Amino acid sequence: MFDDFFIRALFAGIGIAFVTGPLGCFVVWRRLSYFGDTLAHSALLGVTMAYTLDLNIAISVFLISSVIALILIQLQKKTNLPGDALLGLLAHSSLAVGLVVIGFLTFIRFDIMGLLFGDILAVTTDDLLIIWTGGALILLVLKLIWKPLFASTVNYELAEAEGLNPDRAKAIFTILMAAVIAISIKIVGLLLITGMLIIPAAMARNISDSPQKMVIFSIIGGLLSVVLGLYSSLEFNTSSGPSIIAASLALFILSLFKIKQSIKLKN
Amino acid sequence: MSSENSKLVKLNNAGFKQNDKWLVEGVSLTVEKGKIVTLIGPNGSGKSTTAKIALGIYKNIEGSVEKYTNKVGYVPQKISIDWTLPLRVYDFMLLTENIKDEAIDEALTLTGVIHLKNKNLGNLSGGEFQRVLIARAISKKPELLVLDEPVQGVDYTGEIALYELIKRISDTLNCGILLISHDLHTVMTATDHVVCLNGHVCCSGSPMDVAKNNEYKSLFGEQASQILSVYEHKHDHVHSDEGEIKKN
Repeated sequence: MFDDFFIRALFAGIGIAFVTGPLGCFVVWRRLSYFGDTLAHSALLGVTMAYTLDLNIAISVFLISSVIALILIQLQKKTNLPGDALLGLLAHSSLAVGLVVIGFLTFIRFDIMGLLFGDILAVTTDDLLIIWTGGALILLVLKLIWKPLFASTVNYELAEAEGLNPDRAKAIFTILMAAVIAISIKIVGLLLITGMLIIPAAMARNISDSPQKMVIFSIIGGLLSVVLGLYSSLEFNTSSGPSIIAASLALFILSLFKIKQSIKLKN
Repeated sequence: MSSENSKLVKLNNAGFKQNDKWLVEGVSLTVEKGKIVTLIGPNGSGKSTTAKIALGIYKNIEGSVEKYTNKVGYVPQKISIDWTLPLRVYDFMLLTENIKDEAIDEALTLTGVIHLKNKNLGNLSGGEFQRVLIARAISKKPELLVLDEPVQGVDYTGEIALYELIKRISDTLNCGILLISHDLHTVMTATDHVVCLNGHVCCSGSPMDVAKNNEYKSLFGEQASQILSVYEHKHDHVHSDEGEIKKN
């Protein structure tokens, strides 16, 4: 019925949506969207490393993004620059360095558009394996750190005072962010990964009254976006990333009607 | 009077410096099981800082803190819940520990906000929110309760009822309480030990001793030392926790 590549892309996208749903909620709650962007931009360096050293792209991106996250934490301690300036510094310089390095790698044919915006033709069965095992691992770890991470998202001092070790949870969460970017890059593309994290979560906020519901709706929103996006990508021959994000935007707009209703009800 | 194993937390000459400025220094105090220690002092005198030192929130402190329990309930002075986080009272009660539903209901009933259980935290009034914060802290049945201005924004009769509740909890759970309050009336009558702060410990002791202290008088005024008499106030009715009027 479908060409094999499309089934692969679909399964890859579905696996990603299960992970970006809950992580995206934390990105929205903790105001980390620009942080996600920074890690995603640095992923280009990871991709060039994968090509030069013949590594798997996801693994190489995960390593580089983790390193960038560590550098960021160090810079935050050492300078008085505001957080957004530091993030911008790292995001754009790592993107620039990545692009420069690509310029030197003339012996490899690069599909830059595919890297930046995702490509449904690019998913291999190896990628599927990495996405699903990696994704399951991310969700398992997130479940383990849920209590301290969530409590410190609500109030850091409360979590610390009542013995939940929020700093460790935050550090682990940073690693999870790097991991989710690594597994999403082929389908969503590195410029649009943050959208995949934020938009379904933002949509879910409009129709949820508890954190658990928001996570579930965020996953559902992500799944719908992936399916709608990939089908339209196939139909209209568009890049997969923008198609998925555009679909999630449509869902977000729909969710706004619900919130208008509830505001009316309140008045 | 203090046996070694009734200690819950002990500050030894503790202090905390931020951006080269001392927020508080040289504080020594001990909170024991079943006892209420109250911190008083003007704004910026380091009351909240002292509480955070006791809780282990501040890491790089001068002096030392000995903590003998991990079962802690904390009511912070300020807490704001972002709109992006949909959180009902019920979810909030489970924030740091998985508590049985009966314990949640019991705590919310004690503080008079059981009817708000499924409401969104963002829709509560200031006083309601404080009652939820107190309920959350006591529902864990903690050994050490740290209350940073727990009744701010609570109506006057509710305030007295909540202080009575706090006193009762300290007796029934045999837990130690570190209380920060501006309300000298209520505090002075329910407290075992008062520490008066002004960047450092300016005096401490039983409420009586502190009230007689000259430094205390200069900090709070002559009037403050006269409000020690047990607060008595007659009503022909009382309010139930839901606010209904009951005739005496």
